Amino acid sequence: MSRIHVTANVNGDEVEFLADPRETLLDCLRDHLGLTGSKEGCGTGDCGACSVTLNGRLVSSCLVLGVEAQGAEIATIEGMAKDGDLHPLQRKFVEHAALQCGFCTPGFLVAAKALLERNPDPTETEIRFWLAGNLCRCTGYDKIIRAVQDAAAEMRGAA
Amino acid sequence: MVEVNLWSGLRKFTDGAEVVEVEAKTVGQVLDALIEAHPGLGPVIEAGVSVAVDGEVVTGGRQMPVAPDSEVFLMQQIKGG
Amino acid sequence: MAKDEITKGYTWIGTTPDRPDGLDKVTGRARYGADFSLPNMLHGAVVRSPHAHARIVKIDATKALALTGVKAVVTRADLPTGLTGEDLYLQENTLAGEKALYDGHAVAAVAATTALIAQDAAKLIEVEYEVLPHVTDVDEAMKPDAPVILPGCADHSVPEGSAPNVARYIDFGRGDLDAGFAEADVVRSAHYTTEATHQGYIEPHAAVGQMGADGKGEMWVCTQGQWYIRKMCSAVLGTDPAQLRVTPSEIGGGFGGKTTIFMEPLPLALSKKAGGRPVKMVMTRAEVLRATGPTASASMDVKMGMKKDGTITAARVDFRMQGGPFPGASPVGEALSCAFACYDIPNLGHHGWEVLANRPKCAAYRAPGSPMAAYAVESMVDELCRELGLDPIEVRLKNGVKEGTRASFGPKYKRIGLVETLEAAKAHPNYAVELGPNQGRGVASGFWFNHGGETSVSMAITEDGTAQVSVGTPDIGGSRASIALMAAETLGIPYENVRVNIVETGALGVNEPTHGSRATFASGKAMWEAAQGAIKEMCKRAAQKWDIDPEAVTWKDGAAHPAGENAGKFEPMTIKEIAAEMGKTGGPISGHHESTPSGAGPSFGTHVVDVEVDPETGHTKVLRYLVVQDAGTAIHPAYVEGQYQGGAAQGIGWALNEAYIYGQDGRLQNPIFLDYRMPVASDLPMIDTVIVEVPNPGHPFGVRGVGETGITPPLPALANAIHAATGARLRKLPMNPPAVLAAIRAKG
Ligand code: FES
Ligand code: FES
Repeated sequence: MSRIHVTANVNGDEVEFLADPRETLLDCLRDHLGLTGSKEGCGTGDCGACSVTLNGRLVSSCLVLGVEAQGAEIATIEGMAKDGDLHPLQRKFVEHAALQCGFCTPGFLVAAKALLERNPDPTETEIRFWLAGNLCRCTGYDKIIRAVQDAAAEMRGAA
Repeated sequence: MVEVNLWSGLRKFTDGAEVVEVEAKTVGQVLDALIEAHPGLGPVIEAGVSVAVDGEVVTGGRQMPVAPDSEVFLMQQIKGG
Repeated sequence: MAKDEITKGYTWIGTTPDRPDGLDKVTGRARYGADFSLPNMLHGAVVRSPHAHARIVKIDATKALALTGVKAVVTRADLPTGLTGEDLYLQENTLAGEKALYDGHAVAAVAATTALIAQDAAKLIEVEYEVLPHVTDVDEAMKPDAPVILPGCADHSVPEGSAPNVARYIDFGRGDLDAGFAEADVVRSAHYTTEATHQGYIEPHAAVGQMGADGKGEMWVCTQGQWYIRKMCSAVLGTDPAQLRVTPSEIGGGFGGKTTIFMEPLPLALSKKAGGRPVKMVMTRAEVLRATGPTASASMDVKMGMKKDGTITAARVDFRMQGGPFPGASPVGEALSCAFACYDIPNLGHHGWEVLANRPKCAAYRAPGSPMAAYAVESMVDELCRELGLDPIEVRLKNGVKEGTRASFGPKYKRIGLVETLEAAKAHPNYAVELGPNQGRGVASGFWFNHGGETSVSMAITEDGTAQVSVGTPDIGGSRASIALMAAETLGIPYENVRVNIVETGALGVNEPTHGSRATFASGKAMWEAAQGAIKEMCKRAAQKWDIDPEAVTWKDGAAHPAGENAGKFEPMTIKEIAAEMGKTGGPISGHHESTPSGAGPSFGTHVVDVEVDPETGHTKVLRYLVVQDAGTAIHPAYVEGQYQGGAAQGIGWALNEAYIYGQDGRLQNPIFLDYRMPVASDLPMIDTVIVEVPNPGHPFGVRGVGETGITPPLPALANAIHAATGARLRKLPMNPPAVLAAIRAKG
């Protein structure tokens, strides 16, 4: 199958790649652009390990085709820290031991960031429902929720 | 002599005895002596068993010492997740 | 936030600093199995049986090999013959031989220049099957006329005349059961069943393998144990393990499911056939669910007798567990050993049958066998408590095992902490919360042995006075942090000055995997020994400088000190000073330790759960959840809590929702996460924890393993809570809404 030339903006960088029309955005990020921070846990939109934002919208990149990224702005876990400064969510995840194996962590961070941009002061229930599309098998979610709450509080304080 | 407690399923190899006495100073010697006295235990022991000496499971530790008054148990081999 | 919770006079142990690999793991930099690539790499795909049981008549790869970009195909014919025992079963499971034994069983593999071409090629490999009758249910598989899966599978333990799929029979016990039951005021028996569940790690299996015609190879793989990968792949491929170098990637969860091999030999076999080009293979989620893990399904009978005062007089279990199509995989032996491990019961009987079925080969899953056993036994204890109107914690305290009690599986316990967990649960505010309508509280305890296992660790002192520790147990849940804390404590240097590396098979002697809750216990214990070697050498260097006897030097707070007045008056020499000149004082300083450590201390736990059951839908909502567990010593309490919470969440999933669902055709009907539904954040409350610390005498810092016990009590605790809320007793898992609703209705 002939491949299609795609240009996009990923984490502020202009990128281009050749995508097989069957390849997902996740495949393209990982295999063509070397951005392996986004993970594939299921490939069916059920685990959220592949979460990225596409033109500001939170998506499962395993459910987006690579060719759909043409002209889009994409943000992945690799772009979350700015100039070496961790995002408060990233810091709080480490401080709260909100990761064990860490495989789900990039997806949770990207999804949680999208939540806090929309709702800077979410309740525990709101956090739990927003993150219900992200599976974590290790932590039981307790410390993840606390890390998000703490990061939100810090970000509100700083704002 | 060291008293070795077997699980009841092994009795058929030991003429019905659930406790067998062997001459041994280490876990390895216990196992070897058991097989020598009761060859039917050979396949069981070679397939892998856990040995508890005085309440401590010493899987793989053939060199571990055993005293005459040690309490020795053969147990189903335990795997872990 | 380090050093703010100093306990027991330790400087580092018991604090909760950031984990050393934290930054890598929150920035996406950490490299997991599928993140690794090599130049000139090929991609592999696997052809899997769509049948639960079928003779393989013919495999024709002509069309696949004709596809541009396809470089190699392997089938069983490419693997050596003559293997026996577990090696043979591993090989059979890697690629089917004469028969495909379960839905998803690998039949052939292909390597091509891209993953898409490999997938296309896999579809072009033609396999002709002769479909055979199959059996997936454990009780069906035990019938005398069940389809025979592996003729002659029975070992010496199986009585003559048993059903053909019984591979092993176990019985042990003590006392006089009849007399014991006669003494009881109430004797009850019941039948319980659990369905298979999967470990459910979010990272699918992935590996890059490279092997030349000379049999020398390398592999990068997500695994709990790189040496097991080396040993097992070499056995399956008939190659020399010493020639295979295995590097573990970061690992995205394992829970026992990554202690063994599934597809891992295939990239090596394909690479060898494709002229030594590296081959990458990554499983899809459906492949993971169909063909890796899972745990056993179980059919269990329990009979127990209790006096009016709560004393348990006698108990018997009969457990039947299928572990897939090969002997040795069913955890029935462990299940029996755990069944009554929490209780001091004079008269006991245990009977177990290991059964083969047309399902994937079972792998270990967190305290293998113990959760099923606990479901049956702890439910029955609750049934008896309710019948006699007794408090479930008091009854457990009355019959609970302590130091010196003879365990149900034989030996006497050393220092253990069951009673402490029960007391802490009783004292916890959760136990006093008033419950409303349709709400109920459940209590259950659980046990796991924990494990030492082969261990090899080395420690090198770096030129700047920091320390580098090489361990062979992959870090699944923060063990780098716990080992670094113990190393800092042992050497008397800051936590930040320790670097813990998880190394490849060429860098250390053999290590068993991170399993059996052993990483912090066994690698920690070996690290301590290795550090003693390094400390001894550092003391010697100081003694040389001071011109005194090395015996007259002691190590304290990261420095060599003269042992006392008589040794002489010298300023302490710090690790930094000693390290700075070690090249000139005798060369590099290091320590190492190799052993199969004994002394793993069992860990007991008690859980208390409150639920609310919707009488209209049968949906169970977990209102609050408490885990109390004995850690021995909590090295990094936050990661200990994490193990408790994660274990509880997996147990909740097993209890309420997760199950392998097989159709009449023997095919797995729910091989994706949408249908194999694990708990998500909105299903759970915060999970409260109490870390009990009853130090393990078998470890320098008192560590017991903490990883496994936590999955054991949730199954019965939830059943007991649902009963309390609804009056309906569910003796079959999962207790999903339809099952709970049916049970409520059946009760009338
Ligand atoms: S990989 Fe995309 S949701 Fe799981
Ligand atoms: S930390 Fe392992 S899946 Fe979330």
